[in-house]
Amino acid sequence: MHDFAYHAPTTLPEALELLDRYGDDARVIAGGTVLVTLMKQRLSQPGHLVSLANVGVLQGVRLQGDGLHIGATVTQRDVETAPQVQSAWPLLAETYRRVATVRIRNLATVGGGLAHGDPNQDPPPTLLVLGASVTLASSQAVRTLPVSELWTGYFETAVQPGEVVTELIVPLPPVGSGSAFLKFLPRTEDDYATVSVAALVQLDVSGACQDIRIALGSAGPTAVKATRAEAVLRGKQPTDALISQAADQAREEVGPIADVRGSAAYKRDIAAVFVRRALQQAIAGAR
Amino acid sequence: MEQKISLTVNGQQVERTVPARRLLIDFLRYDLGLTGTKEACSVGVCGACTVLVDGKTAASCIMLAAQASGRAITTVEGLAAEGERLHPVQQAFIDMGGFQCGICTPGQVMAAKGLLDTNPNPSDDQIREWMMGNLCRCTGYYKILGSVRKAAGR
Repeated sequence: MHDFAYHAPTTLPEALELLDRYGDDARVIAGGTVLVTLMKQRLSQPGHLVSLANVGVLQGVRLQGDGLHIGATVTQRDVETAPQVQSAWPLLAETYRRVATVRIRNLATVGGGLAHGDPNQDPPPTLLVLGASVTLASSQAVRTLPVSELWTGYFETAVQPGEVVTELIVPLPPVGSGSAFLKFLPRTEDDYATVSVAALVQLDVSGACQDIRIALGSAGPTAVKATRAEAVLRGKQPTDALISQAADQAREEVGPIADVRGSAAYKRDIAAVFVRRALQQAIAGAR
Repeated sequence: MEQKISLTVNGQQVERTVPARRLLIDFLRYDLGLTGTKEACSVGVCGACTVLVDGKTAASCIMLAAQASGRAITTVEGLAAEGERLHPVQQAFIDMGGFQCGICTPGQVMAAKGLLDTNPNPSDDQIREWMMGNLCRCTGYYKILGSVRKAAGR
C-alpha cells in the first residue's frame, strides 16, 4: 500500500478543516471496509486519511419528530440490532442484516455506505422506499437532501469536496404498512445481490393500495425507484393480475449491466420475479 | 508517515509507532509476532483473519492498525494463557474434529467466540447465519457446526 498520513480528529470542525486543508489529496475514513480495500488494490491513493471514528457528534441513534436520526459513523450492525429499529423500522433492520457478514457490518458504517455510491449495496433501495434523507456538512454549510438526490451516477454522489455525511434521517413508515426486502443470491449468502428489491405497501379500508413504493438495487447506475410500476397499483386492489403487471413494468424501468452475476436481460427477468414476490410479501404484511 | 498507536492486545497494553499504512493483521503478525491470525483472501471475504475488536468480530486484513488505536483486540492467542486449559471453543473444535488443514481455524474459533459471547444458546440456523462468511476450503462445515454446537453446551 502507498504511504499516507492518518488524522484522527475528535470534533467535526477539526475534521472539516483537515478536508479543506488537504483538498483532493484527502479521503474520509470511517469503518474502512471499502477505502482500505480500494487502497490495497491501488484504486485510491490519497495522501491523507481523515478518520471520523473519534468524532463523537457522528455517533448514536436519536428519535426526533421527523424520524430516526442515525449518526454517520453508527455501524451497520448497530442499526440492524437496535431495538427501536427492529420494532418501528423492521424493513431497515432486515435490510442491514443482509449486508455482507457480521464482521463486515461490525466495521462498515451507515454514512460510509451512503457516500460510497455503490448501486449494488443493499440499503439504497430500502432507503428510497422509506423516503430517507441525508445531511451533509462542510466548513461552509450544512444541507439535507433526499437520498434520491444523493446518488447521481455509478459510484457518483452529490457529496462535494470538503463535505462529509453527518447523518441519515429515516421517517417512520406509514401506519399499518407492510414491507419486504428481497435479494437474489445464486452464489453465496454474503454476496452482492444479482438484483434486490425493497417494497412497501399501505392498504386503505377497502383493501386498495393507498401508498405503494418499489425500488431496486443492482439494477442500474444507481438504485432505481420503479415509479411506473408503483403507478400500476396505486389506488387499485392488488390482484394477482395487477401485481404481475406492475412486475412487468419494473422490468422495463431497470437498466442493469451484464456482469459475473448475469446478463442484462437475465437481470431484467429476475427483477420482475422479485418485484412480484416482494409485493406479495409486503401486501400480506399490510393485511 | 509514522503513526503512534496505543491499544490493548489480549489484555496487554501496547504502544508502538508504525507506518500509517500498516494493516492490523500485519501489525499483529509482524510487529507483535502473533502469527495465530491468518491471512487468506486479503479482501475481508473469507474470515481467516477474524479477530475481536472491543469484543466484536472484525476483518483484520482490511483494517488499519491506526484504526485499532484506543481499542481492545483479542486474537486466538488471547483465548487461553500459555500452559493453561484451552478455551471451551478451542476444546470443542478439537473434540468434534472442527478442522482439517487448519488455516481457517483461528478465524472460525474467533467467529464462534464472537457468536457465543453475543448469543450463548444459538440455534443451528443462527450458527449457520453467523458463521457463513468463514470459509473452509476443506469444506468441513458440518464438523464446524458441531463444534460450535458443542461449545454452546449442546
